[in-house]
Amino acid sequence: MGIKWDEFFITGDPLILGSQIAILLTMIGAVAGITYLKKWKYLWTEWLTTVDHKKIGIMYIISAVLMFFRGGMDGLLMKAQTSRPEMEFLNSQHYNEIFTTHGVIMILFMAMPFLIGLMNVVIPLQIGARDVAFPQLNALSFWLFFSGAMLFNISFVIGGSPDAGWTSYFPLAGKEFSPGIGNNYYAVALQIAGIGTLMTGINFIVTILKMRTKGMTLMKMPMFTWTTFVTSILIVAAFPIFTVALALMTFDRLYGTHFFTVSGGGMDMLWANLFWLWGHPEVYIVALPAFGIFSEVIATFSRKSLFGYKSMVFSILGIALLSMVVWVHHFYTMGSGPAVNSFFSITTMAIAIPTGVKMFNWLFTMRKGRIKITSAMLWALAFVPCFVIGGVTGVMLAMGAADYQYHNTLFLVAHFHYVLIPGVVFAVFAGLYYWWPKMFGFMLNEKLGKWHFWLFVIGFNVTFMPMFFLGLNGAVRRAYTYSAESGFAPLFMLSAIGSIVLAAGFAVFCYNIYWSIRYADRNISSDPWDARTLEWSTASPVQFYNFAKLPEVKSLDPFWHMKKKNEGLTLHDSEIEEIHMPSNSWVPIYMGVIFGIAGFLLVFEWHIAAAVAGIGIFAGLIIRSFDYNEGFHVSKEEIHRIENAWRKTEGEVHNHVS
Amino acid sequence: MSAKVDTSLPLEYQTEQDRMNILGFWVFLGAEIVLFATLFGVYGVLYERFAGGPTHKDIFVIKDVMIQTVLLLTSSFTMGIAIFEMRRHNLKGLITWLVITLALGAGFLFMEINEFIHYVHEGATMQTSAFLSSLFVLLGTHGAHVTLGIGWATMVIIQLLKRGLTPTTARKTFIIGLYWHFLDVVWIFIFTFVYLKGLVA
Repeated sequence: MGIKWDEFFITGDPLILGSQIAILLTMIGAVAGITYLKKWKYLWTEWLTTVDHKKIGIMYIISAVLMFFRGGMDGLLMKAQTSRPEMEFLNSQHYNEIFTTHGVIMILFMAMPFLIGLMNVVIPLQIGARDVAFPQLNALSFWLFFSGAMLFNISFVIGGSPDAGWTSYFPLAGKEFSPGIGNNYYAVALQIAGIGTLMTGINFIVTILKMRTKGMTLMKMPMFTWTTFVTSILIVAAFPIFTVALALMTFDRLYGTHFFTVSGGGMDMLWANLFWLWGHPEVYIVALPAFGIFSEVIATFSRKSLFGYKSMVFSILGIALLSMVVWVHHFYTMGSGPAVNSFFSITTMAIAIPTGVKMFNWLFTMRKGRIKITSAMLWALAFVPCFVIGGVTGVMLAMGAADYQYHNTLFLVAHFHYVLIPGVVFAVFAGLYYWWPKMFGFMLNEKLGKWHFWLFVIGFNVTFMPMFFLGLNGAVRRAYTYSAESGFAPLFMLSAIGSIVLAAGFAVFCYNIYWSIRYADRNISSDPWDARTLEWSTASPVQFYNFAKLPEVKSLDPFWHMKKKNEGLTLHDSEIEEIHMPSNSWVPIYMGVIFGIAGFLLVFEWHIAAAVAGIGIFAGLIIRSFDYNEGFHVSKEEIHRIENAWRKTEGEVHNHVS
Repeated sequence: MSAKVDTSLPLEYQTEQDRMNILGFWVFLGAEIVLFATLFGVYGVLYERFAGGPTHKDIFVIKDVMIQTVLLLTSSFTMGIAIFEMRRHNLKGLITWLVITLALGAGFLFMEINEFIHYVHEGATMQTSAFLSSLFVLLGTHGAHVTLGIGWATMVIIQLLKRGLTPTTARKTFIIGLYWHFLDVVWIFIFTFVYLKGLVA
């Protein structure tokens, strides 16, 4: 393969030229700013090489917010293009690229890292642990995700974006119909990020199984921990399928094999099956942790224990199990036959049962509760009706026969946005408002939070509700324009206006972060919400070793009971012992960089250079294998000093809840 | 950490971190099972799509496959002896049996590469048909795992030579042992569902 320099930079499009200049200026600005402020050493030692789960979680969340911006811009561009009939803002190719990257980025580089970020911050604290089971592997997971995300994102300025949809169905995604390198980005960048996700799944399974503090049985785990645990199992069960599918795609595109190409005996439906065998569980990989967040938020702000805890646990397990046996509902119309379609119809509809159980549990948790309407709680409240709309339209789509009418229309697009936005985005916002003081020691502004909430929720409904009707009237998805005679114009315009309101909500959210960093009150207690679970029994922001003394758990909502009975809140000097912590490491970020370089070279099919970079990957593995750094010990004096500072008492360390 | 060893536990299970590493590796093997199951599924779908190219019977050489199988199964057995020697705190025995295991693994790999060269000479390349694409990728993935295992175990042997038998090196050795046995199990499935099935079809 010769080097194709002429395909390197994308030229000739003013939007992309603008992006190229903006990216360049941002990079120069960032480098100059950090140099001017002399923050390189701080950045390196405190963040880039960190193995602290809380900092890794924050880095995940920052990346996810940036990706939300990118994916949201894609969404706005699509809405601008379809706002009027026969619009010529984007051409069809550009539109194809934008809906592809919108889908991939929102699911894999926004929703997943946002949730994994919150898991990283919260899970070790909720189970009373000092870190995850494999801190360095955790950092590696982050850097692989970040590397994959960056690789995917540069595609639109260097070499061209993938354009075969986020599902990348064959034969469209094959070399024959997508001859450029755009779809190589899809195969390689998702592979790198996927490896990171798999490692996260393994890490959290072991963390939750082995690192729970004394007394925390499985049935005393907070609901977010439960959902994270089940999600991790789903990750380990589903992601290797995607790994294989992407590898086979890479072989087909780069080395001329015949897995999915119809010539040479391959099967395009094999891709569809493999993709959705991973892709459907993936929907629940992002939905389940979100359900966990709502459970925590609703219980805290209803000031009651979660209603029907056991049925919640069993419904999570039921949903996880069912999620693995519904994948064919993504291609009812592709000739599976009535028997197969019926089976998948029934399993799909069955998911509504455990989900309904959860809905009623949340409602009953609120019943007779003393509800506090905070920003976090508002998101949870709005989630219930919005998600029900998504769920009910989901049951409509689940009927195989009826799906022949809905499939490939905007009805479907509206349905999954009604599931994913309330079910995931509302949840990460709820979680962020809720756990923000835990991460940073101050709150996000509640008033701005409510502006953010109302703009976003109204904008969301105005954007996606018209799409149900457009879809029923026959407006197809992925079409870049439509004729004036179709009569779709008013609803498309309404939807476009909604997306602007939605974007305004996001802008307020960003402004809220900025405002709160600058002006928010730092003098808040470690437990500002009067919460129920263990993460609130320690300082805000959390000291790097999490707990001076690991807490002991006797019941569900342990911190709530500790406060009620006033026990376990005091730390005696005699109880302080040395704490062992892992050391920082440069290997994870090195691995992220080298994976990114190797991936980039592979995308351009520069095989020899990619192989040379591949040696760098093995060098990293060998360095890690020979690394015997055993970490360090935190002295009693230092723990004493840190605990005294936040418990705000002289001498003896005291009760911290006033 | 190595100062106080609890003799009621094997060396590799001494610390909480070691126990977690081993459990984590079991979970990873679960993911590997899914990975290979998917590849077997793909092979199962494509295994009769010859597209006018060579079929199983045209290319499989049962004698070579038998030699490969014997080499790999024996290497799993010798890996078992190596771990047994580790439990007896016999460092020399452990390293000797590890080296024998790797030699057998290298023999397997040599046979497999020859097999691939033979296929290509017969005109059976990865690009010929869907059947051959899936065959090469399934066998190749297993072969790549064996290659990685040889490199990895070599690193562990170097550490055993440098540091002796400590809880940490014991844990590393135990984990590479699990990995090696796993590759053997996968081979049994390949032997059955690829070669035997192909020859009787």
